[in-house]
Order: sequence, then C-alpha cells, then structure tokens
Amino acid sequence: MKFRETLRLALGGVGSNRLRSALTILGILIGVASVVTLVAVGNGSSAAVRKQFENLGTNAIQVQPGGGGRRGAGGPGGGNAGATLTLKDVEALQSNEWEQSIKAVIPQANASGVTAEYDGASVTPGQLTGTTNELWEAGNWKPGRGRLFDADDEQSRSLVIVLGTTVATNLFGDPAMSGAIDPVGESVKLNGNAFQVVGVLKSKGSNGFQDQDDVAFVPLTSLRDTLAGGTTLSRITVQATSQEETSNAQDIVTNVLAARAGKSPTATDLGFRVLNASTLIQSSSETAKTLTVLLAAVAAISLLVGGIGIMNIMLVTVTERTREIGIRKAVGAQKSAILLQFLLEAVVLGALGGLVGVGVGLLGSNFKIAGVQPVVSWPSVFVALGVAVTISVFFGFYPANRAASMRPIDALRHE
Amino acid sequence: MRTRSPFVIELRNVSKHYDMGEHTVHALRDVSLSIERGDFVAIMGTSGSGKSTLMNIIGCLDIPTSGRFSLDGIDVRTLDESQLATARNRKIGFIFQSFNLIPRTTALENVELPLAYAGLNGKQRRIRALEALSAVGLADRTSHLPSELSGGQQQRVAVARAIATNPALILADEPTGNLDSSSTSEVLGVFDRLHSEGRTVVLITHEDEVAARAHRIIRLRDGAVLTDVRQSPAARGPHDQMTSR
Repeated sequence: MKFRETLRLALGGVGSNRLRSALTILGILIGVASVVTLVAVGNGSSAAVRKQFENLGTNAIQVQPGGGGRRGAGGPGGGNAGATLTLKDVEALQSNEWEQSIKAVIPQANASGVTAEYDGASVTPGQLTGTTNELWEAGNWKPGRGRLFDADDEQSRSLVIVLGTTVATNLFGDPAMSGAIDPVGESVKLNGNAFQVVGVLKSKGSNGFQDQDDVAFVPLTSLRDTLAGGTTLSRITVQATSQEETSNAQDIVTNVLAARAGKSPTATDLGFRVLNASTLIQSSSETAKTLTVLLAAVAAISLLVGGIGIMNIMLVTVTERTREIGIRKAVGAQKSAILLQFLLEAVVLGALGGLVGVGVGLLGSNFKIAGVQPVVSWPSVFVALGVAVTISVFFGFYPANRAASMRPIDALRHE
Repeated sequence: MRTRSPFVIELRNVSKHYDMGEHTVHALRDVSLSIERGDFVAIMGTSGSGKSTLMNIIGCLDIPTSGRFSLDGIDVRTLDESQLATARNRKIGFIFQSFNLIPRTTALENVELPLAYAGLNGKQRRIRALEALSAVGLADRTSHLPSELSGGQQQRVAVARAIATNPALILADEPTGNLDSSSTSEVLGVFDRLHSEGRTVVLITHEDEVAARAHRIIRLRDGAVLTDVRQSPAARGPHDQMTSR
C-alpha cells in the first residue's frame, strides 16, 4: 500500500471521531502555542532591557555615590554615607594620562524639588540636572526642536534650559494638539530664576521603569549659580573612547577614585559605584535568557503532556479497532502497513495541533503580556512544530506497534 | 513449465497443541488430508472438534505445532511473518461468519482492501473490485456503507472481497451462520457459482443443509478426521467442461 493511501486512511481515522481528535489536538495546540508565546515574551523582555541600556549609551560608564562594589550591583552592605563625588574627582579623571581610554568626563548634579513655571502652569520635572554639553553624545540625547546648549552657554553661564518632551508637553501643551505653544525661545521660571528654553530633546520613551523624557537639563555652571551652590555631584558619566575601551576605562575610574578616597580598588565599601552599560546589558540579557529558558521549559512540559494525550487516545483507538486490524491482517496487510497507518494517525494529530498552535501562538504574541510586548522568535516556532511532530512519533509508536504486533486470530476474535 | 501439485492444500500429520498452563489442549491430532484444485469441500464438526483450528492453519493465520502443511505447493512452515501476510493476500480469500467488513467504509473500498495491500494502483483496483462486486450481483451497491446493506448483501460484499485477488482458495468460516434462510440461499448460490467457475472452495459449517451443497464432506471430532465422504466429482470446473463438450 502506498504512502498516500496510508495517509488517507490515517486522516479518515482522525476524522471518524472528531470530538476526540479535536480534544487530543487541543493538548498539543496548547503546548505549541505556549512555547511560541512564552518564548516571544521572554524575547520581548530581553529586547526591552537591551533597548533601555542602549539609550544610556553603550560606551558610557556611570559613577554614582553610595555603597556597593565596582560591578555596581548595589548590595545593601556598602553604606558609606559620607562619600560624595565632587568636581575634584572629575578633574582627576580628566587628566591627559587616561586619554587613550577616556574621551569625556561629564559631571551631573541634580537639583531636587525645583518647580518649573510658565504662564501659570507649574511642573516638577522628574529630574532637573546640571551638566555639560558632552552629555549629549555620551547619553545619546538628540535635539527634537531648537538646539542643545553648548560650551559657550556654559562658559558664559547663560540661564538656558533644554527640556525633555514630557516636561515640555506639561508646560506648553501637547504639540499634536491645537493651542500648544512652541517652547523654544520661551522663558520658564525655576524657583523664580528665569531660564530660556533653547531646545526640546527627542523622545526616548519609557524604559519600562521610568519615563526617560521627564527630564530637564541646564548648564552645570548655571545650576550652581542659581539653584544649588554646592560642589556635590549626583553622578559622573565617563565616556570611553570606544566600546572595547570601556572595561579599561572602568578600571581607571575605579582605581583613581579609590586612590582619592584612600582605599584599595578591591574594597567592598568604596563609597561609590561604577556602572558600565555594556556589563549591565550583558548581565540583564543573561537574566532575560534565563527567563526565556524557564518559560520554554514550562511550555515544553505542556507539550509533553499533549504527547501523552496522543498516546492515550491512540491506545484507545487501537483497542477499539482491534477487529479492523484483524481484518486488515487477514486480507494480507503487512505489519509495516499497520504500523504506518496508526503512526501516521498520531502524527496527523500532532501536526494539526502544531500548526494550529503556531497560529494561536502568533496571534497571542500580538498582545502585550504582563507589560511586555512579545517578539516572536522564528526558530522557536519551527522548533515547536518539529517537537510536536517528533513527540507524536515518539508517543504514537508504542500504540502503533501494539496494533502492528497483534496476532490476526486474536484480533479477529476480539469483541 | 512448472509442475504444479494437483492439491491446493496438503496436510501431513498436522498437530496443534495449545499450552494452557498446567495442561495442554490438543486441538488437532495428526491430521492428514489433501484438497484438490477446483473442489468444493465442507468441513463439519461440533464446537471443540478442531475445525476452527484447522481453518486458522489452512488460512495461514496460525502455524501447526508439528506436521507439514503446504498451500498451493508452498511449505507454510518456512514462511516468516511478512511472507505469511503475503500468502494470505495472494492465495486465500477469507469469508467470516460475522462478515468482518470495515465499518464506515464503502462496499467498493472494502473490496479494494486486499488489492491495496497487494500494491495495485487505484485504477486497477477499482476495475477489479467492480468486477468482483458484479460477480456477486452487487454492482449497484458499490458506494453503500456496510450499515446500509442487509446481512446477505454484506456477506456478498465479503465474498467479493475474498475473490478480488483471484486467490487459490476461498475459505469460508460459517458463512451463513448469521443469515436468515433467504439470505443463506442467496449466499450459497454465490458459492455454487464460484465453484462452477473452477474456484476451490472450503467452507466450515455445522449445518447439514449447507454442507449438502459441497462435493466432499470432512467430519472432525476431537481434533481428528472422523469421516471423509465424496458426494460428487471434485471439479465441475474447466476439466469436466472440456471433456463433456
């Protein structure tokens, strides 16, 4: 008997008991759909994490005051409350000695609780930062409208401000709506000091934790003149000369700052934390990978359960059709023909479940799940389909072999 | 030219034992018999006489414990499982008491079944299956399902399936056991016609009325041949027809 006819027989077998076949297919369907969707969710969350750190700029190293080791995991142990970062630290790092690894050292000071006012509207930006123009490149900030402040503004201590889109919208209205005012050239009051808006940043969107557009930047010099007089910095961003140099740059920063604090670079309580965007990307994409593997494992288990369902129903089918098997053998069916017939029946169930499951999985991946936009991984789709078929061969073999090994006289006598 | 044995079936000292744990059941004891080509033989006996075991051995569904059995000149003991399947396909047409048609499958497809396992293509299969169905007078019932046919018609479909591969032997196990009297005569008429066409027919029955149609009656008791009576010449087939003309 030819393969095509055996396939037709198998399809007939699947079709003869529709409800039962549909339920069996559902088992595999759920398995495959969950593999496709959950892997897409894992993928999506790792893509989100990657995007978030790419926005920081991959060559950038962040130095923050506070506890923790050089990796910046930020353990609770390093509570060196007295440690601060100052402009002196910045100057030490700006030494020509490190120019091969370090391109720019950018001080950042945050002024907290500052209210921005314009024409009666008043907004507290999530973050009001005084910094230098080198931040634009290191932090991957681009002008959306107007311009970003430059070295001249810093030199002349101009009272200029660059707004993030959220702050701009809150003060001047949504630019998409009528009645919104173009912020560029307008003057906003920061705790009573008039700053001229020179530009609005291009939106970075949310990184999943916070709105990256809820910010405003002023020259550090101007900030110190008007709002916060101290020399204490909230953060130093160090821009490495290239991606390859980031780890050298990180070592230099750690050593220099540790030496200034009179500590060993390997001490656990340095009083500052050095965060490298690319190591952060690496460690968080490892976390995301682990998440993906865990989700895939859960999904694979449901696929396995579906396979057991196929085996179960095929055993029932073979028992029910014992007499038919006897008849087929009596009229001369070879063992292999019977084996193939029932194996194909199992594979048809598995493949149908797999195909519909992929469809459902792709459909499900269009929706945000637990705040993550799933990103379908095509290899996982094909692997899920392949595994569905393989599982049905594996679990279909035992029942099919049982059918093929029946003795015709016993099978014919079966009631 | 191949010298063919005149016998379709030759049993020499065939015994069959079943091991039932502590004791052994002797279903057949040292049976020797031969059946000629073109003969119409009835095998009779009460239940437990060994006639079903004999039928299973002749039908290549079971293998004797000892003794020699050849079917159409082939020693069946030398065949492996796959060759036995081929022998059942090519040499034997089975007809069962309970028809044994595959449900939810049309009459034509049921008749095509042995032809499919013989490896014929769809077109050849269709032609031969239609021929076989016409031979049993069911050319107009090809697309009916078994559940849509009367008992007599179902058994005629089974006969068509048995003759479709043109086997050396037609082996019927109580073919009229589940039929009423009019269906019985309908089916027995078909057997008469098959025999008259020169086919070898062996039927197992316990009904004297059915056995009366046969040309030779073999009675079994306790696994051995009790009587072996010839009622009329073996073949009314091609040989007789040629000489009588």
